[in-house]
Formats: sequence, C-alpha cells, structure tokens
Amino acid sequence: MAKKRIVSTTINGDVTEFLCEPRQTLLEVLRDTLHLTGTKEGCGNGNCGSCTISMNGRPVTSCLVLAVEAEGADLRTIEGVARGSALDEVQQAFLEEAALQCGICTPGFIMQTEALLAENPDPTEEEVRFYLAGNLCRCTGYDKIVRAVLSAARKRRMTAEAAK
Amino acid sequence: MHEIDYESPTSLADAVAILQKNRESVRCLAGGTDLIDHLRTGRIDARQIVDVKKLPELQILEAGPEGLRLGAAVCCRSVCAHAAIQQDYTALADSGAIIGGIQIQNRASLGGNLCNSGPAADSIPSMVALSGICVIAGPDGLREVPVEKFCVAPGKNVLKPGELLVEIRFPKPAAHSGSHYRRFIPRNEMDIAVVGVAAAVTLSADGSQFVAGRISLGAVGPTPLLAEEASTKLIGKPVNDDAIAAAAAAARELAAPISDMRGTADYRKHLTEVLTRRVLSAAVTRARGGKVDHRPGW
Repeated sequence: MAKKRIVSTTINGDVTEFLCEPRQTLLEVLRDTLHLTGTKEGCGNGNCGSCTISMNGRPVTSCLVLAVEAEGADLRTIEGVARGSALDEVQQAFLEEAALQCGICTPGFIMQTEALLAENPDPTEEEVRFYLAGNLCRCTGYDKIVRAVLSAARKRRMTAEAAK
Repeated sequence: MHEIDYESPTSLADAVAILQKNRESVRCLAGGTDLIDHLRTGRIDARQIVDVKKLPELQILEAGPEGLRLGAAVCCRSVCAHAAIQQDYTALADSGAIIGGIQIQNRASLGGNLCNSGPAADSIPSMVALSGICVIAGPDGLREVPVEKFCVAPGKNVLKPGELLVEIRFPKPAAHSGSHYRRFIPRNEMDIAVVGVAAAVTLSADGSQFVAGRISLGAVGPTPLLAEEASTKLIGKPVNDDAIAAAAAAARELAAPISDMRGTADYRKHLTEVLTRRVLSAAVTRARGGKVDHRPGW
C-alpha cells in the first residue's frame, strides 16, 4: 500500500490534520475520515456538483480533488455555513422557498450559492442560473432554487445596508 | 481508485526527473478534472501522479508588450478574470467560460485541456487561432511546438516520455484585432461541442479590410484543426458578408467530421459553415472595438 500522508488543512476555521492515502479523494476523506458527512457524493465525476466545497475561497467539486492536494488549503464545507445554531441567509432562504425535496443536492447548491453571493451580491436570474449550471437537482425543477438564491441575495443586501 | 503514488515537485528539474524515472506509468496532474475521473474508472492506469501545480513556471499568467504567457496549470476561471485576456486574447476567455461549470473552471486548466488532446476540446481552437506556441520541458531542456501541431490523434500529442507542457505563449495581437470562440451544443451549458470554431482577425486601421485571419475548427476531425485555406481567403478582402461567407464555405470543405451520437458528419459540416460565419462576424466586431453580445445558451 502506498504510504499514508499527513495533510494539514484548515476546515471551517479549525486547523485540521488527517492521514490519507494518495488515491483518496478529498470527498472521501471529508466524509469517511473526518465524518463531515454534510458534503454529499452524487455522480463522483464532477458533473452534479453535490460535493461542492470551498477550497481557498473557490468552489470546487471535492470528488475531483485528491485529499493530498489539500495540503495547506483553507477549506469550507456545509458544516461551516451556519452561525452557531442560526442558519445563514442562504440556508434560511432554501427552507422558506422550499428549494429542496430529497435534499441530496442541497449542500452543494448552498456552497455554490455562497460562492456566487461572495462574488456578486446582486445577481440577475440569468447569472444565478449560469453560476449554478454545475449543480444538478432531479427533484425541484430549479425554479424554487433560483428563487431562494435571489431571496437570500436580497436579504443579505438589506442586512448589509442596515449595518451601514 | 487503484493505488497511486503522489509527488508535488516545486522545480521543473525535479518534475522532469520524476517523469523520466516512471516513464511507463506516470501522469501529470493539473486540475485533475479529467485525470481523477479516468483514474477512478480505470481508463488511465498510471501509478505515479505528478502534481504540477506547485511549479511556478506552470502558474505564470503575464501579459505585456511581448505577448501573453499562460502557464499550463492556470485554471480557466483565472484566465477568464484576467483583464488583458478579456481585452486582447478574448477567445481564450470565451473558451474558459464554457468548459464545465464554475467548480470545474476553478480547477481545469487550458494546458490540461491541450494535453488531454480531445478532438472536441473547447480551448484548443482558441489557442490555435491566437497563434499559441507550446513550451515543453524535458530531459534535453526546452522545446517549442505550435499549438496546431501539438495534438496528433484523439488523446495523443507530441509529448515524449519525460516531457511536460510548461506554458503556452501568444504573440500580442496587432492593433485592430479581435477573436472569438463559439461552439454548438444542444443544451445551454455543460456539454461537449458538436462543433467548435475559433477565429482571430486583424483589420486595416479603418476597419474595412482583412489584414490577417486564423480560423480553427474543433470536433470535425481527429484533432483540432487550423483551417489554413479558409483563413487565407480573408486576407486582403473587404470586410463584408461575401468575404466571410467565402471563408465559411472553405471551412466547411476542410471539416472532416465523423458521425456519432452528437451529430452526423453532414450536420457537423453544416454547423462548421454557420459557426465560422458567426464567429468571424463577432471577431470583426471586437476588432473594431465593439462588444459582442453573445452569451452561451442564450
């Protein structure tokens, strides 16, 4: 067996070290080694986006990242989105707009939405659909998801405005 | 996935040494968006993986009076966000923005797309149209190969054992130049090109005449193709529908597609002509300083 490696990362703000084999994907290690099972495996080949996490501030499909590549990386997963026990605006909007049915794709959609809103706080519907093109949902038909994203964006802009 | 060994060298010399030592069973890892999937499905049986992302030469992204230096591991999203690329090498940004979704674009590189050497690769026609030169490192030092000579068959290229692609260099386009890439897919995003066409043109100062042009075609042959006979049809011609139609008709004749589940050969030849016309018109608009209102899927 190839020698296991020690990989040092920051995950959701905590310094985290793990042991992995070079052949393991980051998704595998997040779920099976670190028990961060909020990140879901869908297709396993980068098409569906359900395993989306943030790596050094950029959304990536964690099924197409080797865990050893995460050395020194700053990772954020769905577990790091809520503020304590309070859901953040995106999570809350997905609930209020009923933007999920079975829920498997939801963590990926939320991570991708967080990345979109960090880049573009006021996206058009078209921009939302384009940015979320790498996330598949087989239940909702996307309309409710798009509405939730636009609603979260509005809420976040209002909060930012009020804080000024 | 089968067992692999992983190295992430920080110098080109080390990378070449690892590649040479394991020449029978080694692959470079850039964004991994094809490689990791192919390792998992067993389509690639490499035992040694060399992560090339820590090689500074492969992360270069510099535009200056000499032209553009694009490191082979720079991800699509960084290409799209680069102001000089948006301005002067626009076709590269057009390609980078439609390879996979955003998550893929944050990992996948144009250099990786080139090394996979797929006939329908979305970035290769743009690199050909913009006269890209591949810089390759190997045991004997550096050598250069024009992008249009890099791919030799589906999935095959000129890289020899022990070699890796370091960067792609592009000459700075002359004044009054513009470029564009567009593909046809039956969906809005996230699909493989049925046909893809890139063009780069240079016009006279008043914008009325073609001074230079390069048209490149994807998914209509075993490798992406520099459509030379179609490109030369433009030179010296006034910029009008007739000149563009003549070049597009010549491109159609150069296309030698196969029939497969994405389209028949006839359909692909037809698409080649239509896309070449549209891509040339868009490149002309950009060469004249205009904006092209083309959003993939809309």
